[in-house]
Amino acid sequence: MRIVVLVKPVPDTASGGERLRPDDWRLDRAATTAVVNANDEYALEAALKLTEAHGGEVVLLTMAGAAAPETMRKALAMGATSGVLVSDDALGGSDMVSTTRVLAGALGAMEYDLAFAGADTSDSGGGIVPAGVAALLGLPYLSYAAKIEPDPEARTVRVNRITPTGYDVLEAPMPALVVATQALGEPRYPSLKGIMAARSKALETKALADVSVAGGDGPVGGAASTTAVLGAEAPPPRGATRVIREPADEAARQVVAFLAERRII
Amino acid sequence: MPYRLTEDQAALRDAVRILADEQIAPRAAEIDRTAEFPWDVKDLLASHDVLSLPFPEQYGGLGGDLLTVCLAVEQISRVCATSGLILAVQELASLPLLLFGTEEQKQRWFPDLAAGRHLIAFALTEAEAGSDVAAARTRARRDDATGDWIIDGSKRFISQGSVADLVVVFAATAESDDTPRHQRLSCFVVEKDTPGFGVERIEHKMGIRGSPTAELSFSGVRVPDAHRVGEIGQGFEIAMRTLDRSRPGIAAQAVGIAQGALEVASAYARDRTQFGKPIAEFQMIGAMLADMDAQTEAARQLLYKACTEIEAGAADAGRWSAMCKLVAGDTAMRVTTDAVQVLGGYGYIDEFPVERMMRDAKITQLYEGTQQIQRLVIARALAAPR
Repeated sequence: MRIVVLVKPVPDTASGGERLRPDDWRLDRAATTAVVNANDEYALEAALKLTEAHGGEVVLLTMAGAAAPETMRKALAMGATSGVLVSDDALGGSDMVSTTRVLAGALGAMEYDLAFAGADTSDSGGGIVPAGVAALLGLPYLSYAAKIEPDPEARTVRVNRITPTGYDVLEAPMPALVVATQALGEPRYPSLKGIMAARSKALETKALADVSVAGGDGPVGGAASTTAVLGAEAPPPRGATRVIREPADEAARQVVAFLAERRII
Repeated sequence: MPYRLTEDQAALRDAVRILADEQIAPRAAEIDRTAEFPWDVKDLLASHDVLSLPFPEQYGGLGGDLLTVCLAVEQISRVCATSGLILAVQELASLPLLLFGTEEQKQRWFPDLAAGRHLIAFALTEAEAGSDVAAARTRARRDDATGDWIIDGSKRFISQGSVADLVVVFAATAESDDTPRHQRLSCFVVEKDTPGFGVERIEHKMGIRGSPTAELSFSGVRVPDAHRVGEIGQGFEIAMRTLDRSRPGIAAQAVGIAQGALEVASAYARDRTQFGKPIAEFQMIGAMLADMDAQTEAARQLLYKACTEIEAGAADAGRWSAMCKLVAGDTAMRVTTDAVQVLGGYGYIDEFPVERMMRDAKITQLYEGTQQIQRLVIARALAAPR
């Protein structure tokens, strides 16, 4: 079984250095180290577990800037077999429509039984790219998966989709696109051997011209963006903070009382 | 060669740091309080290949160089000195085999050690033979009928001696009193299930409390000649060559402890407000933190330099090794003591980790040669005729 996982490098929020560029309000990706988007790590973990159980391999697909291989190596260190990076200066500042069309084009040229994506990204957070990719490629779209059970012989996949009241059980033919959630389980830490092995794994870089963009002939990339950020402001500084240092039981009681007073619970 | 870590070294260091911060740090206080060997941490280090770092690739190891091993020990010790010692001891006790073992010995023992399925301990010190290594009274005599060796005696202060599957033991084999002191000892590997081998007691210690320090007894312990490491009478040389290469591991533990204490003290000084402002903004506190940072970095750079010199086969490897442990051990003691000072009363109670770090730091001035022995090694290198 071959699973393609869409992964995106995002700023490391733990670094505390995220900022927008003052001239165009785009994320200043040089200001922080990049990490694999956390939701994509859940998707990758699920894919690795499935290929461990059923055999096969996991391939990464990324559209990002030229520094992306460094972040993709972290995903390869977790156990992915290889990766494809679409990177082109013309794609800088792409809106979600462009991103969707390019990723769908790149994915369409790959062989796979399943494609996985994280629910959204911690930087732009639109959350529509996976659905768009599935729509452009005519793939069954199985979102908010808490459980993924492929049947490679029957060429079907069954997914528990989280709903407000529980979950729906969906079944679709392969290939299909599945959106992963945290309910699938914590992503693994890369082993040291995994890190060493990742250095020699294949990472193919494609320019925009190498991709047969999906969804029509219209232009893609920053120049074709249909949205623009007009301004941005830092959030107001945090107000007074109350720290409760009581033992757990007493602390819980005080937190509940605090929330109840404000009718939050 | 660029004066920086290689990409591989930096990547491995960062991976171990994440593992240490997220998985080991939350356990550190409990490991210290219960004084129980953290098997879960051992398993964690094994499953992430950290314990395989010192072993060659053909035996399932990662073939990490000395600096890489030290980077890992440093990162783990930053949050838990007991846990850092698991890797440091695994390296220390494997060194006699790495440096002097035969191919058969390596094939027999390294795969399990590299995978972390087995632990190994280094049994050199005795109650009456500490700094004076050659005074060891544990004896190994030859059974002429079989060629086996029969070991009798006891060893004290053996790190992880009670949890190890293998013990590298140094015993006197000289039959005549005329044998030069430095040719009295030989080196053997004892498997823990060998009849006559026993753990007499575990010490109650000031620091590194989760790392069991054992007194081991050998009563008619029979090992085949195939368990002898190196030549008969080569034990002293094996021990000294091992320590030349293992002391940086203790220096790395010390640098890690110092760095951990510095980070706790800095964070505390930024948060703690007195007289209306964070105490980090008071010059007396700021100066202490600055000294702690500069001293830790100086010890770290000496350690990294020592590792590369030793790895390159420098003729004065013993001097580099002694210098880095001397400086790092003293730095760890000073920096952790100052960290307690920065935290004031909070530093003296176990709500914060710096009192544990201060207790842990002390051992780095004592084991694998006291600081006095390190100075002796350095002074001898200086006094040697040229």
